[in-house]
Amino acid sequence: MIEAIGLTKQYGDKKAVDGLTFTVRPGMVTGFLGPNGAGKSTTMRMILGLDAPTSGTVTVNGRPYGKAVAPMREVGALLDAKAIHGGRTAYNHLLALAQSNRLPQRRVGEVLELTGLTQVAKKRSGGFSLGMGQRLGIAAALLGDPRVLMFDEPVNGLDPDGIRWIREFMRRLAAEGRTVFVSSHLMSEMEHTADHLIVIGRGRLQADMSVKDFIARNSEQTVTVRTPETMKLLQLLAAKGARVTNDETGLITVRGATPQQIGDLAFENQIRVHELAPHQGSLEEAFMEMTRDQVEYRAVGAGGPGGPVAPGGPGPYGPGQYGPGPGGPVPPQNPYNPGQPIGAR
Amino acid sequence: MTAATTDSTTDAVPSGAAFPRLLAMEWTKFRSVRSTVFSLLAFVVLTLGLAALFTWLTVNQWDKIDADQRAAYTRDPVGNILGGGFFLGQLAICVLGTMVITSEYSTGMIRASLLAAPKRTPMLAAKGLVFATVTFVVGEIVSFGAFAIAAPMLNSKVPVSLSSHGVLRALLGAGLYLMMLGLFAMAVGALVRHTAGAISAVIGFVLVLAPLAQLLPGSLGKHVHAYLPTEAGHLVAQSVQGPKDLLSPWQGYGVFCLWTAALLVVAGWLLKRRDA
Repeated sequence: MIEAIGLTKQYGDKKAVDGLTFTVRPGMVTGFLGPNGAGKSTTMRMILGLDAPTSGTVTVNGRPYGKAVAPMREVGALLDAKAIHGGRTAYNHLLALAQSNRLPQRRVGEVLELTGLTQVAKKRSGGFSLGMGQRLGIAAALLGDPRVLMFDEPVNGLDPDGIRWIREFMRRLAAEGRTVFVSSHLMSEMEHTADHLIVIGRGRLQADMSVKDFIARNSEQTVTVRTPETMKLLQLLAAKGARVTNDETGLITVRGATPQQIGDLAFENQIRVHELAPHQGSLEEAFMEMTRDQVEYRAVGAGGPGGPVAPGGPGPYGPGQYGPGPGGPVPPQNPYNPGQPIGAR
Repeated sequence: MTAATTDSTTDAVPSGAAFPRLLAMEWTKFRSVRSTVFSLLAFVVLTLGLAALFTWLTVNQWDKIDADQRAAYTRDPVGNILGGGFFLGQLAICVLGTMVITSEYSTGMIRASLLAAPKRTPMLAAKGLVFATVTFVVGEIVSFGAFAIAAPMLNSKVPVSLSSHGVLRALLGAGLYLMMLGLFAMAVGALVRHTAGAISAVIGFVLVLAPLAQLLPGSLGKHVHAYLPTEAGHLVAQSVQGPKDLLSPWQGYGVFCLWTAALLVVAGWLLKRRDA
């Protein structure tokens, strides 16, 4: 359980985190979302006592992190990959951390096993790949078998295998009843992992609700229709008050009407329909909608709201793995440059 | 250590045992990086080798050097045996001392360390104690080792033994000086937090600025120089107080300790205050 009350961090006259109040509960994965520079990392660092809040408080299991006698038994955290001295072996790195919290030496072997690093335990971590570095960071977080786990952008820079591994790992930890708090700026990633969402933009709380509610509240259902008689259906739908857009390929995107209503309307008017597909808005869309005004550094010339609706295809993050797949929901234009790290963390 | 189990609750951990745990962590961190081991090895070999070389050269050239130099050598054999080798070798301790802390910042390890040990002042204290112990032991090995090598070579010109006046104190003092120098460098490292900056600051001060203070005019220069940390501190590694030295060996060492303590207090205070 993590509880933040009025958490604020000010750098000069800029508020990186502005009056955040939220609770992270056990037994589920809580996603911590926000565009780059929204204050996610700063918040996590304040939870862990690395940065001091300008005002407000945050407690883990009822007390500030720094007050715990053996903090690693309560909280495990992965902040950035490879926050490790490269000249030290994985084993010795973990051993030093274990000793500081009086954890038995055998725990080192156990977490190495758990993260699949046993083979490279005696290798110096400087030669590790990013994925192995992440695993070592996770091994360190698990050393004290803590009830609360925090991961800051754990999938950044990982290959699909690594991403799947971490995703499943987090789900498993939550299923064991632990508190799992994971930050990301990849909304579609959270859609697969998180049960609950805390969304921030410019340091302020934007949403604190379940993933389901978040999508329902922040996006509307669209229906794509393929018909040879585009103009006719368009006019009929518009007359019924639905908002319609179409493109030259004979595809119509409809908002404000259910597939049933559209199908019935077409049938009554003897319009042939070749395709009729409902799309629930993705988390990506909902998030974009919510933080559109909050994105701190916007790429110049990027399309804003109301841009042309492209046919469903691979999302901006590539097909399959963590973008909406082919034929998936239609993503609006990304207000900032996708895949481009913008601004300070 | 191995008796503890993971299912024991956090409350079962006695808080009094916190400091030994930190010492264990710092020792593991220290010994498990190859560069520290190599630096210390280089320091030992370099200092012993140079002490032997300089002593051999002195003995060889004994009849050609002037009487003043010979008198100075006879008056303070330990200071002269350690002299050149120590002067260069101490750089290794300066580098190692700053790196003990700055390498944590440059690699990001500091965050892992502070997550494991969120009480920052005890962590710095544990780090200092581990490093001071290591430099003291290695320093004594080097100073007594150098003496053991050099004294027999010197015997025909300057008979000197452990029982000679001031010799034992000076040899012990050399290790004490290195220990304090290591802490001094570590404190600067904790203040500056960047390897290059901290090393430049420490070495620039020890090697260039402090000796240069002698050039300040008149008694001002003399007094300023006498009370500078490393200049005062190394007096303890001389067999006898030099004719120009304002402070006695132990007074000088006391001055060095005060400087270092002050820096460590500031470093500890800032470590607590600053975001990691």
